[in-house]
Amino acid sequence: MSETRVVVEVMLKPEILDPQGRAVKGAFARLGFEGVADIRQGKRFELTIEGELTADRMAALETLAGTLLCNPVIEDYRIVSVEGAA
Amino acid sequence: MGLDTVSSATAHPESTQPFAELGLKPDEYQSIREILGRRPTSSELAMYSVMWSEHCSYKSSKVHLRQFGEKKPVEGWPQLLVGIGENAGVVDIGDGWAVTFKVESHNHPSYVEPYQGAATGIGGIVRDILSMGARPIAVMDPLRFGPADAPDTRRVLPGVISGIGGYGNCLGLPNIGGEVVFDATYLGNPLVNALCIGALRHDEIHLASAKGIGNLVVLYGARTGGDGIGGVSVLASETFSEGGPTKRPSVQVGDPFMEKLLIECTLEVLHAGLVEGIQDLGGAGISCATSELASNGEGGMHVWLDRVLLRDPTLSPEEILMSESQERMCAIVTPADLDAFMAICTKWEVEAVVIGEVNNSGRLTVEWHGEQIVDVPPRSVAHDGPVYSRPMQRPAYLDALQADVPDRLSRPATVEEVRSTLLTLIASPNLASKSWITDQYDRYVLGNTVLAQPEDSGMVRVDEVTGRGVAVSTDCNGRFAKLDPYNGAKLALAEAYRNVGVTGAVPLAVTNCLNFGSPEDPEVMWQFAEAARGLADGCLELNIPVTGGNVSFYNQTGTTAILPTPVVGVLGVIEDVAKRTSIAWSEGDVIFQLGETRDEFAGSEWAHVMHGHLGGLPPKVDLAAEIALASVCADGLGWFHAAHDISDGGLLVALAEMAMRSGVGAQLEPTGDLFVWSFSESTARAVVSVAADDAQRLTALCASQGVALQRLGVVAGDRLDLGGPIVTIAELRDAHEATIPALFG
Repeated sequence: MSETRVVVEVMLKPEILDPQGRAVKGAFARLGFEGVADIRQGKRFELTIEGELTADRMAALETLAGTLLCNPVIEDYRIVSVEGAA
Repeated sequence: MGLDTVSSATAHPESTQPFAELGLKPDEYQSIREILGRRPTSSELAMYSVMWSEHCSYKSSKVHLRQFGEKKPVEGWPQLLVGIGENAGVVDIGDGWAVTFKVESHNHPSYVEPYQGAATGIGGIVRDILSMGARPIAVMDPLRFGPADAPDTRRVLPGVISGIGGYGNCLGLPNIGGEVVFDATYLGNPLVNALCIGALRHDEIHLASAKGIGNLVVLYGARTGGDGIGGVSVLASETFSEGGPTKRPSVQVGDPFMEKLLIECTLEVLHAGLVEGIQDLGGAGISCATSELASNGEGGMHVWLDRVLLRDPTLSPEEILMSESQERMCAIVTPADLDAFMAICTKWEVEAVVIGEVNNSGRLTVEWHGEQIVDVPPRSVAHDGPVYSRPMQRPAYLDALQADVPDRLSRPATVEEVRSTLLTLIASPNLASKSWITDQYDRYVLGNTVLAQPEDSGMVRVDEVTGRGVAVSTDCNGRFAKLDPYNGAKLALAEAYRNVGVTGAVPLAVTNCLNFGSPEDPEVMWQFAEAARGLADGCLELNIPVTGGNVSFYNQTGTTAILPTPVVGVLGVIEDVAKRTSIAWSEGDVIFQLGETRDEFAGSEWAHVMHGHLGGLPPKVDLAAEIALASVCADGLGWFHAAHDISDGGLLVALAEMAMRSGVGAQLEPTGDLFVWSFSESTARAVVSVAADDAQRLTALCASQGVALQRLGVVAGDRLDLGGPIVTIAELRDAHEATIPALFG
């Protein structure tokens, strides 16, 4: 059976404060790595889909990415890659 | 569009401006033009729109809130060090100590984004308390949700609870109480109110004013970003249409670790004497802080807006003025003290920058890279906003509602029916154990918590040497307020007062969060006016002042408003918290009821749970009896083994709570009508237990205060025995503790 790999990235919307990213940025400076202007932290989902990823299923997947995988009030999602394998 | 400066506003007077989109009415926009003698610049329009929003200006409520200041004893309120109108009132609790406390709403943001909405609600109220110069010592959260089994409640409640726990726990503040109430009218309109208590010495009080010409305006804390822009006008001034919010503005994300640094940094600069005036940044951000500081001080201020440290360098000046980025404060510092101030900020890793200077120009002027973009009288922004005497009308439905008394409802007749009614009641969402919720909050961090849920009040030690402390309770039965808003507000006040009194603390002051539907609906406005009048009259009768509070309007979906919900918080003082009375009784105690029981079931939990009925007139309010009851409980300090307020669910529910709390049951001796004895919600009552040897002493004390006393039985065994069928503590706990985890766990 064919499989498709879909990677979804979820990030806080650019205008939203990211306290975790800010903390990581602070750690870079404390550990002696200077010159980091900004760090924003997000989530990455790797999905392996069985069967054919039809246009309809892809649309359904987009809907879930926009509602389940991310909180649309404060986050954006992006489908960064779709790879088919025979 | 290029930069809209004061000179371009004068040169192009007829440019169309989006005042309606910003929430301003045409006549409000016209008044701004009259105040300025020209059209406002886009930055000025941004400032006026947020500051004249309902949330910031109290334009619909102001005429009614005046009573809280005006209805007072001729000699004034001796316990009030700072009155209503400042960020929060300050109350003298003796020994040179003072406390400040306030409750605010974060209802709409918590509906849109439950976790962050509730979290930033805590952050905001903590900064309010901090800006009075007080160290925050505890928080509480009065909450209201839609039906417990509704899908949207499952979305909102867990997020709100984790947000409160997440922010408060990280900040290191104990959450010592509050309420969780479910009702269908809160579906789509959850109420997330947040209360904070702070302690300070008398000489540490600070006020929000910009004094001293030439002094500097320092913005410190988190950087300003594009979050929550216009949140005030868009979130708090627009009614959500059916099916969800019409506008989804970006909400703010809070950072409790930044807030903790801000608390320590602020207290250190205050104690070092480096601050002339201070203000927190909440709703309306820089617009609010600069205009209020200028208006309260010398009357003038100049701001270099391009100096504000930004998280997002592309923000426009209008956005910077309106941004509601969290964890920011504004201080007025003399030029001589600036270096010392900055050094303390650096120590706490808090960024700070001088953004302005105090002057006596009578104007608030703002420039952006050398161009003047704001030139306004600060009072017109901060204090002289529109004031409305909105039309009011007694609701058309009220006569029918009040006539629909609960007498026709079928009542349990046998002991067995009373027993099963009790088990149903204590398992119902409003009366069920809230441990699943409060266990997510840290109740004991800082080590000064003496009482927390499920006790009647939260109590914290303020002075670690003498044991002096404060007790706080928040209450409101919205069903009572729906039946009769005037007396409903008094009943909320009476219950909070009683909850503080039964611990042995002496009630001193009141805060309130008045949650209502749309003020543009005359029937809602009438409810609000009646509730405000009831609360002001009640405070005068109880001789305790309102020290501050908050109004939240537009809690409605379509034409359906929430139950009127005037949440009342009462704060009391206790000389030594080690002596307080809890609700846990001891084996062998004799149990008494203080106060009188009448056949009063309108708006009761029994009518609500067993019959889904709401009608009639709420229980009689007797504030003189409340004073006598609290006075008896204060005299009982040290020898009352337990005391518990009788309210939601009535006497039998109170007894069940005491049995579950202590793990010991009771042999009860019901008198009169068993149903009325068990479930009536008559006010001014409490259960008190004392050692058998002290029964005579209690009788004499109650007689001297004119408080009715009735023997209820003795504390014994592992069950409540009504003389016939019994209910074991294990059965009570199973029923009481299963409900909330089953719904949300």
